[in-house]
Formats: sequence, structure tokens, C-alpha cells
Amino acid sequence: MSIAESARFAWRGLTANKPRSALTMLGILIGVASVIILVGVGTGANQSVTDTLNSLGTNTLTITRKSSDTTQLRNPFVAPSVDAAGSGTNIRDTRLTMSDAEALADPELAPAIRLVAPVVVATRVTATLNGASHPIPSTTGTTNAYLSINNDTVVAGRVFTDTDYRAHSRVLLTGRTVAEALAGGDGSSLLGQVIRLNGKEFTVIGILEAKGVTGRLDQDDRIIAPATAVQDHLAGYGDLSSIVAQAVSAAAVNDAQAQIESILDARHRTNVDTRDFTVTNSATFLNAAKSITDIFTVLLGSLATVSLLVGGIGVMNIMLVTVTERTREIGIRKAIGAGRSDIILQFMLEAVLLSVLGGIAGIIFGYLVCQIEISGFRAVVAPYSVALAFSFSLAVGLFFGIYPAMRAASLKPIDALRYE
Amino acid sequence: MTGPPDRPVIDLRNVSKTYGVGETLVHAVDGVTLQVQRGDYVAVMGPSGSGKSTMMNLIGCLDAQTRGLYRLDGVDVRLLDDRQQSRIRNRKIGFVFQNFNLIARTTALSNVELPLVYAGVPARERRRRALAALREVGLADRIEHTPAQLSGGQQQRVAIARAMVTEPVILLADEPTGALDSHSSEEVLALFDQLSAHGRTLVVITHEAGVAAHAKRVLQMHDGKIRSDERNAPVDAPPPALRHPPTGMAS
Repeated sequence: MSIAESARFAWRGLTANKPRSALTMLGILIGVASVIILVGVGTGANQSVTDTLNSLGTNTLTITRKSSDTTQLRNPFVAPSVDAAGSGTNIRDTRLTMSDAEALADPELAPAIRLVAPVVVATRVTATLNGASHPIPSTTGTTNAYLSINNDTVVAGRVFTDTDYRAHSRVLLTGRTVAEALAGGDGSSLLGQVIRLNGKEFTVIGILEAKGVTGRLDQDDRIIAPATAVQDHLAGYGDLSSIVAQAVSAAAVNDAQAQIESILDARHRTNVDTRDFTVTNSATFLNAAKSITDIFTVLLGSLATVSLLVGGIGVMNIMLVTVTERTREIGIRKAIGAGRSDIILQFMLEAVLLSVLGGIAGIIFGYLVCQIEISGFRAVVAPYSVALAFSFSLAVGLFFGIYPAMRAASLKPIDALRYE
Repeated sequence: MTGPPDRPVIDLRNVSKTYGVGETLVHAVDGVTLQVQRGDYVAVMGPSGSGKSTMMNLIGCLDAQTRGLYRLDGVDVRLLDDRQQSRIRNRKIGFVFQNFNLIARTTALSNVELPLVYAGVPARERRRRALAALREVGLADRIEHTPAQLSGGQQQRVAIARAMVTEPVILLADEPTGALDSHSSEEVLALFDQLSAHGRTLVVITHEAGVAAHAKRVLQMHDGKIRSDERNAPVDAPPPALRHPPTGMAS
């Protein structure tokens, strides 16, 4: 008997009890869909982190103070300019100064560095305009170089220049969220207006291109202004929060890091062991973040595999019930000439059809769910997870179908016919 | 039809079938020797527990004897493996059961085609032969009906069509009229008479004397042994019902 005939019998077996077949398939559907969705969430997280870190530039380096605590845990998901914002306890007399930043911009001693920018961060800043007020989580004072390093551009107006920096101009660039909050609408009318930051007047000269939301961090809820003006009016003349630098190329990042360390060691009179600053580059973050999200993906994937396994046991359960229910049919088939292999093939194909159809439905369902965007995050369907889920469901059908099929085939025709 | 005409289709030599061991040992069939010639129409009678159903299972290769020799159309079936036994049931035997044993939710046509599917007959040929068999049992207008949509008599006629479609050497029927009303029973028995008249070999297990009266040869079984063996008509003659139609018989 041909496979096509067996498949026809198997199909008829499936359609004989539609609700039951549908429910069994649902088990596989959920299993396959969870593999695709959960692996998709992991892949999406991985990609989102990678994108965020790439948007910071792959060849950027960040120099921060090292607090006197032995270790300072750093959250790699938060942009480096936001942290270490002058919480003055536990810090030795270590400083990152404007002159440190200027010293790094030395083409002789640091040929691997293209750009350097000091970063001053003012916290607890509230922007107001005609009665509208908006708290700014991140007000960055810096130089024009920071914008190049960070790939920040304006969608309207202009960026501030080194002239603005030297002149201590009270000008600023706002992110879209801030502009919308103050001026309403799409925020474009804020351009050219004078707003107050903690009561100090600043002129909005540019609106930054939107960077979107990463996780729960709104990257557009920010203000960037010349560091000199921020120090004058908002942050005071303390330490820099950090210094950001850009290497001439991604390949030169390690050279740049060594040059920064040697220049600052000389200035701070420190060495590898006593160093009071930390240089990190985005590659370090990227690797750390990737290894975390990889673990995350594996974890989610293995959880989903468990539900696929449960679905497979459902298939076996139903196939055993089917074999019992259809004992007479098996007896009839054997009496009129079906061999062991014919019976095995029929019931195996029935189990495989159940799980493969469930698997295909699960792939479609999982794919659709992955298209839903939740708070700016979207799962990414990994092709390997589709292949994995499908072949796993096929394997589940074969594995969990073989026992019931063998049991059906091993029935003696005489016993099967007598079965009531 | 294959084989020399003088060779018996069924050849049982001192065949026994026992169940259980020791104290509970039961001789369902106890040393039966029986030859059935091609073209014969044999009724096996006896009360329940006489071993007639066990004998039908042995003859039909649904069960294996404990002792003795059984040749079906010259083949010692004990030497066959599972696959070959399936094949011999498929090629040489057509079964008709008391409770019809059609496959549920499957049309009459598909039921009749089933043995041909297992025999590997191509689809077109299968359909042609199944349609011819259904026409012969008078159900040409019921081919797309499922068993649930057919009366008992119609279901049994589908079962007979299924049994005959492979042109087996014997038709084996176990209480074929046991679940039927008298009218349907007559229809089924008339079909058997027709088949016998066309030279088919039939073995019918029954406890009804009215059914046995259609056979050319009647065996009485008791306690696993053949008690009597009467011949009502010669092997090569038409069955008795077609020679002397009993009164009230629809013919």
C-alpha cells in the first residue's frame, strides 16, 4: 500500500473527530508558537540592545571617575552620560576636569583619537515655557564634538558650535519629547523660543532628531547645551560627569583606550592599580549585553520547549485513546489484509499529521504575535526558531506516535475483532 | 481460481486449539479433521461453546491452531509470518461477520475498495471492481452512503461485496444473519445461493437450521469435535434452495 493511501486513511481518522483533533493540535500550536514568540522576544531584546549601543557609535569610548568603592556596578542599558551624575559621597579627591578633556585632544600623544567631548550632566532641571513645565531627566552640557560622536543631528534649526561654547551662549537643543511637552503638537513651534531651565533663560536653536524609546528609556527626553553655559547656570564648576571620545576607527578603539589611560595616568599620577578613572568602550558593553540577552534567549527557548513537549504528550495521549477506540477498525483492517506495516504507517501518519498541522498553525500564530509592538519593543522572528520549532513538532509526532502505532499494529486480529 | 481442482481448499488434519493451562485448560477445537472441496457450500452448526467460532477463526487465519496441520489452498499457514498471513487473508479469504464490521464514517464504496487498497490495486481498477461488486449485491444506488445511513441488511450486503471483491477462494461467514430481520436474512441467504451457484466456496457458521438448510453440506459441532457430517447436495450441483425453493422464499 502506498504512503498516499495511508495518508488518506490517516486524514480520515483525523477528520472523524474534529473537535478532539483540533484540541490536540492546539497543544502543539501553543508549544510551537511559544518557541517562536519567546525566542523572538530574546532575539528582539538582543537586537534592540545592539541597535542602541550601535547608535552610540561603535568606536566611542567613555571615561568616568572611579568611585572609591571597590566595585561600581554599572547598568549597561543606560547611556553612559546619565550615570555618575555627581553624587559626591565616597569619592576621593579624584576629578575629571576640562583640562583632562583638552589633554586628550592631542594628536601627538593620542593619534588614535579623533574627537573628545567633556560631559557635564545637570540633574533636577525643570524646563518651563508660558506656564507649561517639564522635568528633564537628562540635561547634558558638552561641546559640538559630542554631537558628532553620538550621531546627534537636528531635524530643525541648527546645532551649537564651538563659538557658542566659547561665548557661553545660552542656547540649547531639545529632544522631541521635551519639545512636545512644552510647545504642544509635534513640538516644532518651540524652535527659536526662549524657555527657562530652573528659571534661567535659554534659546532653543535646534530640535534633535528622534532616537526613539529603548526599553523604558525615552532617548528623546533630553536637552543638550554648551557645557560652559550649563556650568554657569545649572551644574556649577565641579567635576565633569564623564568624557567621551571617538577613536579614528572601530579597529583603533583599543589603541585609543591605551592612549587615554597613559595620558590620564600621567596627569593624575596613577598607574594600573591606583587608577581613579575607568575607560570603557561600546564593544565592551555590546559583548556584555549580548552575552546577557543570549542567556535570556536560551532560557526562554528552553521554557517554550517544555510546552512543546507537553503538547507532544497530548498527541500521544490522544493517539492511545484513538487506538483503543478504533480497536475494532484495526481488527477489521487486519482481517481483510492490512499488514503490521500498513497499520503502523496509518497511525504514525495520523500522529505526524496532528503535530505537523498544529506546528504550521503555531508558526503562523507565532509569526503574527511577533508583529505586535509592545511599548516600542517588537519580537524578531528568528528563522532558526521556526526551523527548530517545526522540526521539533515533526519529531514529537514521530516519537509520540510510534508507541500508539506499534500498539495498534501488535493487536491480534482475533482479539481486536472481539473488542467491544 | 488457482490450483488443481481435486485439491481441497480447506484441509484440517487433527487440528486442536486450546486456551488456558492446567486446571483451566479448555479444548475449544479438539482434534478436528476436515476437508472442504472447491465449490462446496458448508454450514457449521452447533450450540454456543461448541467451538464453531474458534474453527472459523482458524480457517480464516485470524487465529493459530495449538496442534495439527492446516493447509489453506495448499499452503501451511503456520509457516507464514504476520505479513504473509495478512496477504493470505487478503487474497484467499473473504469475511462476513455477524455485526457486519464495516468501517464507520466511510462510504460503502470505500469499504468495498479497502481490501483492494491493501492488495495494491490501482485506484481506477479498484473503483471499477468495487462498483461491480456493489452492483452484484444490488446496492449500486447506495455507494456514497456510510454504514450509519444503511439498514442492517444493506450493511451486510456491503460486507458481502467487500468479501467478494478480491475474488477469494473461500467466503467465510460467521452468523451472517444473526443480527438481521427475517426479510434481510432471506436476501443475504439468496445472495449466498447465487454465489454458490457461480461456483464459489462458502463456509457459514450458524446455529439456525433455516440457514443451514441452504448449504450443500452440514456439519454439527459439539465440545470442539465434529459430531455429524451430512451432505444435502453434491459439491458440483446447485445449492438445495435453488433446486427445491422452500415455501415463502423470495427467489
